[in-house]
Amino acid sequence: MEVILQNLTKKFPSRDRKNRRDVIAVNDFTFKIPDGRLIGLLGPSGCGKSTTLNLISGLIKPTGGRIFFGTDDVTDLPPEHRGIGLVFQNYALYPHLTVRQNITFPLENLKGRDKLTKAQMREKAEEAAKLVQIEELMDRKPGELSGGQQQRVAIARALVKRPRVLLLDEPLSNLDARLRLQTREEIRRIQRETGITTIFVTHDQEEAMSISDMIVVMKDGVVQQIGKPQEVYDDPSNLFVAKFLGTPPINVFDGSVRNGKLYIGEDAVLETASVIGGEKPGPGYASGEGKPGAGSAPGGGKNGETLAGREAGGFTEGEVYAAIRPEGFLLKEEGALHCELKGVEVMGRDISVVSGNAASLSPAVRSIVASEHMGQIFSIEDRNRAGCAASGESRTVRFSLIPRKVFLFDKKTEQRIRIMPESRPQA
Amino acid sequence: MKKKRSNGNLKAWLYLAPAILFLGVFMVYPLIDVFVYSFEEGYNSASQTYFGVGPYNYSYVLHDPYFLQAVKNTFLLVIITVPLSTGIALLISVGLHSIKPLRNFLQTVYFLPYVTNTLAVGLVFMILFKKTPYSDGFVNVLINWFGGESVDFIDGPYWAKMFVLCFYTIWVVMPFKILILTSALSSVSQEYYNAARVDGTSGFRIFRRITLPMISPMIFYLVITGFIGAFKAYSDAVALFGTDLNAAEMNTIVGYVYDMLYGDSGGYPSYASAAAIILFAIVLTITCINLLVSKKNVHY
Repeated sequence: MEVILQNLTKKFPSRDRKNRRDVIAVNDFTFKIPDGRLIGLLGPSGCGKSTTLNLISGLIKPTGGRIFFGTDDVTDLPPEHRGIGLVFQNYALYPHLTVRQNITFPLENLKGRDKLTKAQMREKAEEAAKLVQIEELMDRKPGELSGGQQQRVAIARALVKRPRVLLLDEPLSNLDARLRLQTREEIRRIQRETGITTIFVTHDQEEAMSISDMIVVMKDGVVQQIGKPQEVYDDPSNLFVAKFLGTPPINVFDGSVRNGKLYIGEDAVLETASVIGGEKPGPGYASGEGKPGAGSAPGGGKNGETLAGREAGGFTEGEVYAAIRPEGFLLKEEGALHCELKGVEVMGRDISVVSGNAASLSPAVRSIVASEHMGQIFSIEDRNRAGCAASGESRTVRFSLIPRKVFLFDKKTEQRIRIMPESRPQA
Repeated sequence: MKKKRSNGNLKAWLYLAPAILFLGVFMVYPLIDVFVYSFEEGYNSASQTYFGVGPYNYSYVLHDPYFLQAVKNTFLLVIITVPLSTGIALLISVGLHSIKPLRNFLQTVYFLPYVTNTLAVGLVFMILFKKTPYSDGFVNVLINWFGGESVDFIDGPYWAKMFVLCFYTIWVVMPFKILILTSALSSVSQEYYNAARVDGTSGFRIFRRITLPMISPMIFYLVITGFIGAFKAYSDAVALFGTDLNAAEMNTIVGYVYDMLYGDSGGYPSYASAAAIILFAIVLTITCINLLVSKKNVHY
C-alpha cells in the first residue's frame, strides 16, 4: 500500500503563557512512500518523527495536509478504520493477558461481516505467532518474556489483522545492543515476507541505514532529506544531515575557497572542482585543471536558492564549512592536510586515528584508516617523539583527502554547496 | 564469623525493640487477654474473679436478641455499602478521569467530605433527614413535592433508618475511594488505550478488558478495607441515632461490644470479649474469602 503525505502539518498549541507561539511538530511534510518498502523516519529527539508516525496512524489529527493510503483519503478516518498495525515503543502489551490473548485481542473487536469464530481467531493468532517465531510462548504472560520476545509479540499483534501499513515507533530502543542487531534483521525479514509497507521511527542512524529501503531525515519538524540510505550518506543536502549520519561522525572544519582551492587552515587541501565534481580519483591538488567556480551554474535542485546571490553564477569564493567523512582521509607522507596526532583507537579491521586541527569545529578529528597503516602511524609517533625535543615540532600526521568524501556547506544556511549541479558523486 | 553474625542479629533486635514493645503491650497482649476473657464465665472486673472456664459467654451472646440485631445490621450495612460505594466511586473516578476542564475542581469537591468535620456533617444530615417542629427535613420536602408521604428517617421504620445509615456510610467512605481510584486510573499508561484504539476496541470493552484488570489491585484493596471498615462501623450510627442504639434497633457489632463494656447495660467484659472474638472470626473469614476470590480476578 502506497502512503502519500501531502503538505502534512501538525501544530501543538503552546503551553507557555508568555510565549504563545504554537509548536510546529511536523511542518509541511510531502512524501510518497512506495508500496511494500521499509521506510525509516530518522532524526534527533523532538524532531517530529513520532508525531509523523502518529499522524499516519490516526492517533493524532493533522492541523493541515492530507494523508492517502493508495487512493483512499484517510485523513479524517479514525485509527481503527485505516487498516494499520502499530507497534508501540514500550510494546503496550496488556500485562494481564497471555500472549495468545494479546494477539487475538484485535480480532475479537471485529464486528458484523468480519466477525471470526474462535477457531479462526486461533488459527490467525498461530499464523502471526509463527511469522515472528513465538509459537512456544503463546500461554505465557508478557511479564514472563524478555524484551526481544515482547517485541515479537507486539509485532504479531500488529500484524494479526493483516494491516495495510505497519508502523513501528522506536522498535529497537528498549533492547540491548546484541538483541538490537538481531531484531532489526528480524524486522527486515518480516517486512520482506509480508510485503507490508512498513514505516519505523528511530533516532539511531545506524539502525535506519542498515535495514531501510529509504530514510527520511527530519529536524525540527522539517524534512531534511529523503533517499536511499547510501545516497543520503554519500550526498547529504545540508550540514545537519551530514553530521547526523555516520559513525564516527563527520569531521567539520572551518574552510575557505580561494582560487579554486579549498583551504583548511593554511593547507590547500583540494581543488574545489574535485570536491564538487568528484570525478577525479585521489587528491586533485596537484592538477591545475579546476578553474575557480568551474561550472558556475547555481547549485542544483533544492539548494539553488540558498546559493543565489553569492556571486553571479553561483558560489566561487569565500568561507565554507568543509565536512570530511572519517573514511575520506588517506594517510600520506606528502598529504596536504596537517594534523596533530593525538592517539589511535584500534577498532579491529580498521584503526581510528584521532588528531587535532585548529580549524576543526570539534577538538578531535577522527579518521578511519585501514589497519595496515598501523605501522606507519606508530612510526610517525616514534619519529615525532624523538624529534619533538630537537625540532620542537609537534606530532604531525599528514592526510590527503578523497574528494567525494568531502562536502562543502554554506556558512550561513548550512546548505550544501554544489557548483556543478549535474556532477553527483558516484557511490 | 559466627560471633559477628549473632552480633548483627542483636543489633537488628535492638532496632526492632521499640516497635515490638509497643505492639506487644498495646496490641498482642490485649488480643490474647480478650481471648482469655471470652472464656472466663462471670468475670468481675472489680474483684478480678470468675466462676469457671467454658463457652457460656459465646452461647449467651449468640442468644442475645440485641446481638443478633447488631449482626443483622452490620451485615446489611456491609453488603449494601461496600459494593455500592466502590461501584459509585469507580463511576465517578472514570468520569473524572475522562474530563479535562474542571477536573481539579471536581476532585476537590469530591474530596471535601473526607476533610469535613464530623459535627458539620451530622448537622447537614440533620437538615436532610431529621424531623423537627419546624420542618420534616429536606428529603421529606422533596418526597412531598413529588406527592409522597413524609417518612421519619431518624425515629421511624427500620428500613428508613437503615437507608440513612447506609447513605451516610457511603457518603463518608466515598472520597477516599475516589482518591485511590483516580490515581490508579491515571497510572494506567496511555499507550494501552492507544493500542486498543488502533485495534478498534469499543469504549465499554476497553473499560472491561483493559481498565478494570489494570486497576484491579486497587479495587481489591478498596473492597478489603471497605469490608473491614464496614464491619467495624459504630460511630456513624451513634452520630445519627444517638447512644442508645439498641433501642433504635440500629446497633452494630462493635456498638454491642461497647455497650457490653460501658453502656447503661454494661459491665460485662466477658460478653463483650466473646462478641469481639466472634466479630474477629467473621472479618477473618470474609477477608480469606476475598483473598481467594482475588487470586482469580486480580492482576498484579
